[in-house]
Amino acid sequence: MLNKVYQLVRPRQFEIVYKNIELDDSHILVHPTHLSICNADQRYYQGLRAEEVLRKKLPMALIHEAIGEVVYDPTGSFETGAKVVMIPNTPVETDPIVAENYLRSSKFRGSGFDGFMQEFVSMEPDRLVRLPEGINPVVAAFTEIVSVSYHVISRFARFSHERRDTIGVWGDGNLGYITALLLRNRFPDSKIYVFGINEMKLNDFTFVDRTFLVNHVPEDLAIDHAFECVGGGAAPGAINQAIDIIHPEGTIAFMGVSEDLAPLNTRMILEKGIRCYGSSRSGRQDFVDLIELYKSRPEIVNHLEKIVGVQQEVRGIPDMVKAFEMDIHKIMGKTIMEWDQ
Amino acid sequence: MSENIFGVILAGGKGTRMGNAERPKQFLEIGGKPIIVHTIEKFAVYPDFEKVIVLCPKAWVEHTKDLIRKNIPMQDRIVVIEGGASRNETLMNAIRYIEENHTLDEDTIIITHDSVRHFVTRRMIEENIEATRKYGACDTVIPATDTIVESCDHQVISQIPDRSTLYQGQTPQSFHALKLKQIYESLTEEEKAILTDACKILVLKGEQVHLVEGDVSNIKITYPADIRIADSLIGGR
Repeated sequence: MLNKVYQLVRPRQFEIVYKNIELDDSHILVHPTHLSICNADQRYYQGLRAEEVLRKKLPMALIHEAIGEVVYDPTGSFETGAKVVMIPNTPVETDPIVAENYLRSSKFRGSGFDGFMQEFVSMEPDRLVRLPEGINPVVAAFTEIVSVSYHVISRFARFSHERRDTIGVWGDGNLGYITALLLRNRFPDSKIYVFGINEMKLNDFTFVDRTFLVNHVPEDLAIDHAFECVGGGAAPGAINQAIDIIHPEGTIAFMGVSEDLAPLNTRMILEKGIRCYGSSRSGRQDFVDLIELYKSRPEIVNHLEKIVGVQQEVRGIPDMVKAFEMDIHKIMGKTIMEWDQ
Repeated sequence: MSENIFGVILAGGKGTRMGNAERPKQFLEIGGKPIIVHTIEKFAVYPDFEKVIVLCPKAWVEHTKDLIRKNIPMQDRIVVIEGGASRNETLMNAIRYIEENHTLDEDTIIITHDSVRHFVTRRMIEENIEATRKYGACDTVIPATDTIVESCDHQVISQIPDRSTLYQGQTPQSFHALKLKQIYESLTEEEKAILTDACKILVLKGEQVHLVEGDVSNIKITYPADIRIADSLIGGR
């Protein structure tokens, strides 16, 4: 079947191409309904990736955060019209040690191959997870980024020592907000501190114990563990600040993506015996567990509604450009494309 | 699946404008598949259709059935029948099929589409259904980009209409089947011969036909060059 695909052909330029989808017995046809723009999409859209990366990856359809409706399911896994979240990570093998989201052979939508900016997406049944009845679709649209936070926090629970009295989150953007929110839920007895640069944004973190401007951190402040949700050029500063104020044997999770290498205070990592780890992708189990959490703790979904920014109905390329441009100029919040294709 | 909504794919054309092509244009291949298969697939995966009725020339009925058998998995929702002598007669054959095999009543909706417009999208089909439910009938159009010149004597311009009010008709065109049948049957034989467009029949009889936004890429394969254009739209990395 001919499928309309909106590919980024060069920075800031989308074009339509039709691609054939073979209607076979093992793939489910999903119509995307709500797409959420991520910073990774913006790096392609604005041409911020290295030139050789852009040359290698484009043309490609962007977006790896999306939900949709099942249109045709020959596998019998879902009924027609079922609302599902689509998992962008697409493994081609399994490994007893390495998780699907870390396998170098796995493909990722909107990075290694076409993302969700398509009329239909053809997916295997295990790349879809049913959404709870009545969930706000604009929140469900960015389930993927929340699942990454969920994944990292699950690893944190495995990797970190049990003294978790104070946990610091660096970053007052969407990822910082989501991570702090999930930490609050998972570790209700811990003190959650958020470190940022914008007081207005920090005021939205109503569920944490304290917030700090990074330039006004009390000298005697110390934390047990840290999460870096900054990325970009500001990430090294955030990580080094975490290294400075973390107690020995604490853990630091790297979650923000940077294009450049980060100079880190490795001497202090060594002296304090700090454990560093990182993640930017999640796997099926994280989606499944997160959806269960959404069902059991609807207040989390309610908190996430607060970071829904622009909602743009998208019928054609001018609407897509508008959504991406508005997303660049936003102060905070996720930009959602209501996908009318 | 919604009851009483039918996809009607009009594949009755003999392809006389396609030059020396040895077969009707709907059976020519684009992107490795016959055009008609691409079009049927788009309708076949749309869940609201009770049935997708494909109408083609008598000599091509079995060929079309074979193509569907080979290419399309959800075959039970597709039926191939013979078209009529004209576009409207073909449409009437589809309505007759519904009447004989399903239910034809005030709520029966048909979404009719040219088999040679294989770039139709899910959105157009959905908006056709919505508009027909709401307004009774609809036509898929795009704003006219060329200046349209009218010449009554085919020698000199009689008028140049204001382009801002003009649209180019595409398909799908969608109707309440029973009403369309009743109006068509009320036409004289002369009217039937002149009125080749079902939307025009409704408009002339004072019925409202709503506009649905089409797409510039929803092209109709008419001339040999269109095959090349269509091929160039398919592919990509």
